[in-house]
Amino acid sequence: MFARYTALAIVIAALAAFDSAAAQTANQPPDTMAARVEACTPCHGNKGEGTSDVYFPRLGGKPAGYLYNQLLAFRSGRRKYPPMNYLLEFLPDPYLEAMAEYFANEHPPLPPPAPSEVSKEVLAQGELLATRGDAGRNIPACVSCHGPGLTGMQPGIPGLLGLRANYISAQLGAWRYGTRTAKSPDCMQVVAGHLTEADVTAVAAWLATRAAPANPAPVPKGTYALPFGCGSQPN
Amino acid sequence: MGSKLSIALLALAAFTTAAQAQDKTSDIIARGEYLARAGDCTACHTAPDGRLFAGGRAMPTPFGTLYTSNITPDPETGIGKWSADDFYKTMHSGRFPDGGLIYPAMPFASYTKVTRADSDAIFAYLRSIPPVNQRNRPHELRFPYDNRQLILGWRTLFFSEGEFKPDPKQSAEWNRGAYLVEGLGHCGMCHSPINALGGTSQSDAFKGGLIPMQNWYAPSLTSSREAGLGDWSIKDITDLLQTGVSARGVVYGPMAEVVHNSLQYLSDEDIRAMAVYLKGISEPSPPPPASSALPTTESSLLISLGKTVYDKHCASCHGLQGEGKPPHWPPLANNQSIEMQSAVNPIRMVLNGGYPPGTQGNPMPYGMPPFAGLLSDNEVAAVVSYIRTAWGNRGTPVSAREANELRSAPLN
Repeated sequence: MFARYTALAIVIAALAAFDSAAAQTANQPPDTMAARVEACTPCHGNKGEGTSDVYFPRLGGKPAGYLYNQLLAFRSGRRKYPPMNYLLEFLPDPYLEAMAEYFANEHPPLPPPAPSEVSKEVLAQGELLATRGDAGRNIPACVSCHGPGLTGMQPGIPGLLGLRANYISAQLGAWRYGTRTAKSPDCMQVVAGHLTEADVTAVAAWLATRAAPANPAPVPKGTYALPFGCGSQPN
Repeated sequence: MGSKLSIALLALAAFTTAAQAQDKTSDIIARGEYLARAGDCTACHTAPDGRLFAGGRAMPTPFGTLYTSNITPDPETGIGKWSADDFYKTMHSGRFPDGGLIYPAMPFASYTKVTRADSDAIFAYLRSIPPVNQRNRPHELRFPYDNRQLILGWRTLFFSEGEFKPDPKQSAEWNRGAYLVEGLGHCGMCHSPINALGGTSQSDAFKGGLIPMQNWYAPSLTSSREAGLGDWSIKDITDLLQTGVSARGVVYGPMAEVVHNSLQYLSDEDIRAMAVYLKGISEPSPPPPASSALPTTESSLLISLGKTVYDKHCASCHGLQGEGKPPHWPPLANNQSIEMQSAVNPIRMVLNGGYPPGTQGNPMPYGMPPFAGLLSDNEVAAVVSYIRTAWGNRGTPVSAREANELRSAPLN
């Protein structure tokens, strides 16, 4: 008799526990990274594909190490953009790493290249700088670090495709004026320091006209040697 | 044989005593570290990306910029030459060991309540951290505030020196909470109205106020129309303080920093004591807020636009009835943060969004996007007016001008 009651009680208790667990889940946000990065997506797109605002960059498919470095830099204020600095201020490293991984693993298609507003001559100058550089002025080609396909390299070098000309020129300007910096040796600051405003316009415009390659993923670490040391890409 | 044994025993005894002494020292240092966290010393004395407690953090004030000091044990640029007496006197009386006056941005009006034993433990901890040789940067205060003698006037008006005195009519737990909230926690630095002289009068303690320079409203901790916790359960209060999220709401703005740097590290017992005290100081509701300055027709138009904006952008997380999915997606119905007379915080949350702090209890918080770029001033005013008045909420509508003014509020 007693045993039967006990068994019944256990069944009821188990059912109640099951019920409340189910209610709990139903009444909670999804336990996913997608739900946790909803604060990011109105500006960067649901899969990190970017939005119509030309100054908000695409995140999807960039190397996780690059994205993580940017999150750390925004959190500490080294990279300055107050809305980002504010959002990240009190988030711990492992969480920022998980956010970086999340967007690195999303592969939304690259947008069709934007029609360019600059002249053919300017585009030609941009192409020359991006693909050959200008040894006389100590400017390496973009492709020498960002890859022949401009898709970047794991873990720290970002691809340059799918970004709008306004964003690229704003970032190059920030490197030139020292408001965007990276770990020493800060290679991008050196490179950007050699660029004129006309160079920036030309390179940004040409990069924004590039179509997606067959494989837009960043190449594995060590695929090619960098022309000089870079704090963001340890050897 | 006998003498050998006694030597061995003596050596063992000496060893044990030394080990015990060391144990005791490390206990005191550990307690000091804990108390330094309770006092959130790092919030000011560590610069972003700077070395621990080396100072140099800029503190913008209405009177100019102060730079925090190096409190590492470096003898030349830190507090390496200080004694425990010097440290206690500084915490207790707001004067440097040489008698110089300290600007009251250092919360010595709260720290004066800290006991000698706790002050000594914090000092022992600060002595144990790596010294950093980094000279203090001179303050940049405007005339006449660069004259430290003015601090004497401030002290006369707003400073009463003295350690915490327990209230024998209250429980030990209440008194422990009071000690932490009024002393090391220095909660009153923000949660009290700051008058034009940069001080808080005793009778206004914990009555809430706009934090100068930051443009966040620190709600009253006594009024249940603001952040008074009278009708909160102890669990909801302790959840909020320790993890940053609770069934009643989440922390944001400067309070996110407090939970991140300080409260998440406090013991369950101490957090509970603070909760008991905070619940205890809540007062009966004051009269309902004055009605809105907006004409009725204007506010009803605004509120109907607000519902449209809400249903499109907000309801997917906060629910059609403002019920949210607590603790991660906070409820807006019956949420004091939304309803209170000052609409600064709800407007800023809509404009700036935010993440609650990542804590041991909630390491991967859910966040809210900033809507500053997506909504016009009128839409921000509309949606804030809607959430302040819908579902039985008793707030008042806000104007597009108020929303516009807060677009330029500083974000760091």
